[in-house]
Amino acid sequence: MGSTIPTVNFDWISFSTECVSLTEFGFFYGMSKPKPSPQFLSIPASPSIDKVGVEERCARFQTRSIKNDAKMQGLKMVLNMIDLTTLEGKDTPGKVRQMCYKAQHLHDSYPGLPTVAAVCVYPSMVGIARKELKDSIVKIASVSTAFPSGQAPMSVKLEDTRFAVSEGADEIDMVISRGKFLAGEHNFVFDEIAAIKEACGKARLKVILETGELSTLDNVRRASDIAIHAGADFIKTSTGKIQPAATMQVTYTMLMAIRDHYDRTGIMIGMKPAGGISTSKLALHNLVMVKEVLGEKWLSNEWFRFGASSLANDVLMQIMKTETGLYQSPEYFSMD
Amino acid sequence: MTRLQVLKTYKLFIGGQFPRTESGRYYALHGKDGIAIANVCLSSRKDARNAVVAARKAFGSWSERSAFNRGQIVYRIAEMLEGRRSQFIEELQLMGLTAANAAKEVDASVDRIVYYAGWCDKYQQILSAVNPVASSHFNFSVAEATGVVGIIAPEESPLLGLVSLLIPAIAGGNTVVVIASEKYPLSAVTLAEVIHSSDVPGGVVNILTGTADELVPPLASHLDVNAMTSSGLSADIARAMQVQAADNVKRVVRYSAMDWSKPSTQGLSMIEDLQEIKTTWHPIENIGGATSSY
Repeated sequence: MGSTIPTVNFDWISFSTECVSLTEFGFFYGMSKPKPSPQFLSIPASPSIDKVGVEERCARFQTRSIKNDAKMQGLKMVLNMIDLTTLEGKDTPGKVRQMCYKAQHLHDSYPGLPTVAAVCVYPSMVGIARKELKDSIVKIASVSTAFPSGQAPMSVKLEDTRFAVSEGADEIDMVISRGKFLAGEHNFVFDEIAAIKEACGKARLKVILETGELSTLDNVRRASDIAIHAGADFIKTSTGKIQPAATMQVTYTMLMAIRDHYDRTGIMIGMKPAGGISTSKLALHNLVMVKEVLGEKWLSNEWFRFGASSLANDVLMQIMKTETGLYQSPEYFSMD
Repeated sequence: MTRLQVLKTYKLFIGGQFPRTESGRYYALHGKDGIAIANVCLSSRKDARNAVVAARKAFGSWSERSAFNRGQIVYRIAEMLEGRRSQFIEELQLMGLTAANAAKEVDASVDRIVYYAGWCDKYQQILSAVNPVASSHFNFSVAEATGVVGIIAPEESPLLGLVSLLIPAIAGGNTVVVIASEKYPLSAVTLAEVIHSSDVPGGVVNILTGTADELVPPLASHLDVNAMTSSGLSADIARAMQVQAADNVKRVVRYSAMDWSKPSTQGLSMIEDLQEIKTTWHPIENIGGATSSY
């Protein structure tokens, strides 16, 4: 970089209140090399988050009364938004096959239920899932980039991603480098996401912020903005390996980032809370929040997902309770 | 100076905590001279559901606990109850019992708990068996806890009747949801405090106050409840309970109304009624046509 070219100061950008247009910076840096990513420069300042206000707003979402027909529709919608997940060291091909079956046959004794949105597995299991699901409408999501810690060299992360895509993954769930983010190296995080996005090809990219490690809602918001501008199709709260995971406060903060981006650019970004949402009640609260913050456009599994392993059975139990009037037992529902 | 009266709030006992009913309802309880003595929670079916969830959660570790340790904990309940003897006597008198009857009721309850504490690590040996079979198998039967048990406490024996149904159930490794006597609910709630301070893990015992009319159906029809026990239940409710319990083939145990102070009302059969017998066929080597020595 020539000495006459000012280095891009991240702090300065974040103080500006307006979105810096791409063309202005494209012109300004037109002749220089290396050229900073113009997208990067267009990240507007992240507003600071009023934690108390967020908590109050989230509490209000939980007071909505959803009964009878609306509840039934909501529960079926929740089922259809689930990424049925198994991400354990002890995962076997048998377990994955069984989960793929469950994804398409949630509870056959009650006909007319939707399938889940996707199954979510480790890259090594993508091939097995693809063989099992074939052309099913159930998508295959694969975690990648050295999930869950993300502590691996870039080359490994890229290879991890390419492998999952070549095995047949429709969606890639990557983790960001939280250590780098917390150390202030936001550029690194941005470049990493952009590079993985490129490696994804046609697969949709979900970016896991692992909000349980980001400490503050301000950090969550900044990380969301970075991920969105670096090319994420979805932003996702957590790996499910760290507590707290998808609290309503965190999800709300991320939804606000999505809304601000949509208001500014008209581009829709998906949202996936993951980890800790294990009851239908909590899932319905999340749907209420999505509807009230983003609107009905987001109420489909193209734009909203739940990452969960035990949520599906709780929703099924609620559906059967509504249907039969009897409180249900987990014993009558398949485990995987 | 006169003091303001400090009255006790009688709440439910669910999952080791003392919540109010989610319905916010209550009913007033009157002593024998017609004076209001307390407001008692009128539980709803949602409270029953919450209690079953808590009981199910506690079942795994309670049933797998060593028999000896379960005995220690049940004995601890007796110790704590003994320590609160005078409080229970006062409370029973408040609800209309005579001083002599109240004392007898509390003492008999303590003795009954000690009795079942002793059984905790002994009933298995008596209920289990090695069975003679005609093939090369080691065949044995063992008693296992039934699971989550709904208990409808006897209406007329406020403490002893409740203890007589509750303690054998938990001594056998079950977890329970109790519907307290509608007429005499106070000592059930105070017993919950005793249980709470007796090393009994949260969720093993859950106690609801309210009406049997309202609380029996959600428990009897609940697919995650494995058994129902009751004593002296009215014919109408009992019939409905049996019909509802048939849905998931619950074990239904009905004792007739009886005088629980008689020693003949305690015994191994009270534990056995809430046990499932599991029989295992274990193949054994059979060399040279020798028969099994078992």
